[in-house]
Amino acid sequence: MATLPSDIAARPVIDNTVEDVVERPPAVLGGFGFADVTERISRVNENRPPIIWWFLLAFSATWMAILGGLIGYLFLTGVGVWGNNIPAAWGFPIVNFVFWIGIGHAGTLISAILCLFRQKWRTSINRFAEAMTIFAVICALVWPGIHIGRPWLPFWMAPYPNQMGMWPQFRSPLLWDVFAVSTYFTVSLLFWYMGMLPDLASLRDRARLRGACIASVAYGVLSLGWTGANRHWHRYERAYLILAALATPLVLSVHSVVSFDFATSQLPGWHTTIFPPYFVAGAVFGGFAMVMLLAIPAREIFGLKEVITVRHMENMAKITLATGSIVGLAYSTEAFIAWYSHNPYEGFTFMNRAFGPYAWSYWLMFSCNVFIPQTLWVKKWRCNMKWLFVVSAVVTVGMWFERFVIIITSLTRDFVPSSWGMYVPTWVDICMLMGSFGLFFTLFLLFLRFLPMVNMAEVKTCMPQAHAHHNASHGAGHGFVDQHEGEQDEEAQA
Amino acid sequence: MTTATETQPVESAAVASDEAVDIHAPQFHGLLAEYAEVDDLMAAARKIRDAGFTRWECFTPCPIHGLDKAMGVQHTKLPFVSLAGGITGCALGLLLVFWTNAISPETLPIIGDTPYAVRGYDFFISGKPFFSLPANIPPIFELTILFSAFGAFFGMIAMNMLPRFHNPVFNSRRFAKASDDRFFIAVEAEDPVFDREKTAALLSETGAASVEELED
Repeated sequence: MATLPSDIAARPVIDNTVEDVVERPPAVLGGFGFADVTERISRVNENRPPIIWWFLLAFSATWMAILGGLIGYLFLTGVGVWGNNIPAAWGFPIVNFVFWIGIGHAGTLISAILCLFRQKWRTSINRFAEAMTIFAVICALVWPGIHIGRPWLPFWMAPYPNQMGMWPQFRSPLLWDVFAVSTYFTVSLLFWYMGMLPDLASLRDRARLRGACIASVAYGVLSLGWTGANRHWHRYERAYLILAALATPLVLSVHSVVSFDFATSQLPGWHTTIFPPYFVAGAVFGGFAMVMLLAIPAREIFGLKEVITVRHMENMAKITLATGSIVGLAYSTEAFIAWYSHNPYEGFTFMNRAFGPYAWSYWLMFSCNVFIPQTLWVKKWRCNMKWLFVVSAVVTVGMWFERFVIIITSLTRDFVPSSWGMYVPTWVDICMLMGSFGLFFTLFLLFLRFLPMVNMAEVKTCMPQAHAHHNASHGAGHGFVDQHEGEQDEEAQA
Repeated sequence: MTTATETQPVESAAVASDEAVDIHAPQFHGLLAEYAEVDDLMAAARKIRDAGFTRWECFTPCPIHGLDKAMGVQHTKLPFVSLAGGITGCALGLLLVFWTNAISPETLPIIGDTPYAVRGYDFFISGKPFFSLPANIPPIFELTILFSAFGAFFGMIAMNMLPRFHNPVFNSRRFAKASDDRFFIAVEAEDPVFDREKTAALLSETGAASVEELED
């Protein structure tokens, strides 16, 4: 069960990053058939995990436990354990919230927007980008939950009939956030789970064939008795398209609403109309960096280089470069408007960001997000997995500091110098940030182990074998674009 | 591709007619044909469609474009379920924000009769108008999206009659490959055109790699 047919190793290796005007490069390399795809991806769930998986899991779970312990410490002691204080009442917790929510956006972009654009290459990476979205939103939801002052009353955010006769204030951006983020989480979860039904059925059937009792019952229940009936596929594909069409405006609304938390306030540096698009571009940028950060080691460790090819990584690098440049443009526009508006407070806020006490964080953000990703213009560098991994890590750091710069520099120096102050995080702040990474990676490692990490059914849809009248000469045409070959043939016959 | 056909009769599939029917005994459910290639499946689907069968189904590891037409499957009504969900969500959102934040006994006298726990009130915030649509759009928009998504997801699940953990096709060991790399056609015995021998022969003619009987 664990071994591959020996002829796969002997098949020629194609460099699918070369641009060919005649033929589209194949989405899956190694001359794979359907069975090879199922085998390659399912064996990650079926074989014993590599030692490094256990090592990483132990490490992340430790940090997750530290996060849990510190939340207990916070609840017993109070928010004084954080560095939050007047004037910077929004410290690390809100920086982390915005950071993690942003990370999630790339998953939805890959699964929904690229689906609507018929970018077939997304099929190899959409599953774990979606998983990343779910886990990032879980990490994000921790922060407002524990930052509300009285953390035993988070349900007051929900509009439920109560004997206090109180309702939430629906014209407040903070309440919009509650609706946007909870809807985002629910819809992402439905999208992810629905896309997984056929693959869970594959794992169920394989478990049944090799007589693995617990696995076959567990995957059997999760797959809801999916059979792959054509009438089911028909509705499934329709539902998938509808969810993609719904998730696209949703994902744009979520980070726009998060940016309203800042943009609707009066604070210089926050009160700007550029925030919604700037936040969305930054979120996609940071999210793609996180997808690459996860994909590069995962394809290496689990031997998925034929399914998640260099071309997939190159495409993601291109999106990172494009969104990184948009982010750079947004930073420059902020600087321009600070000068052009002749608003002394805006002007001061910009000078304070670039040359004030937190200037180090501004220039760190600028280098990580704008300068270093520019190296991805060079094809040789963006096809180099080691360099791509470094760039992704750098962008992740940069995007965290972007939120730090926005929140901390504006809060610590606003209109009146007498109310200025400095913000210094405590050890609890830093350990909780590390702990949220622990939570994220623990969930992600468990996902890699127990759920299919690549959407097998969708990868098969893009392979020439899924189309009627295929032959070797135009088989490669089904790679990175959607051609509906089968449908055309059918119409020609009718 | 091999066209070698093997028919596997299942013992005890036929129930003795003179005895009282044992409901636990396996019943004959239909025929299951296996195909190795999409082309064969498509050709077979067209033949079965043209033979006038109605209670039959193709099983594939991934959606196959063109198979709906080959099978004569009608377009799904699912988008309307999702639309209904969206309209419900939008209406609920409008009701929620304006009922809880924009009404008062002066503008809407009936609220005095509603129970205290669900009674709304005019929530005066920094001079903003009560019925201001722009300031209330985000919750309404999110609820619209949420309920449309519920419509699409739960509509798909319900119309496909899932979850269904017992399915006669699961009794075939070969069928485990339907989620891997094989294609299947199952024809139910309930179908009015169904005839055990003739249908088996028809399936064999379509180039099936194997034809077997399914029991339930």
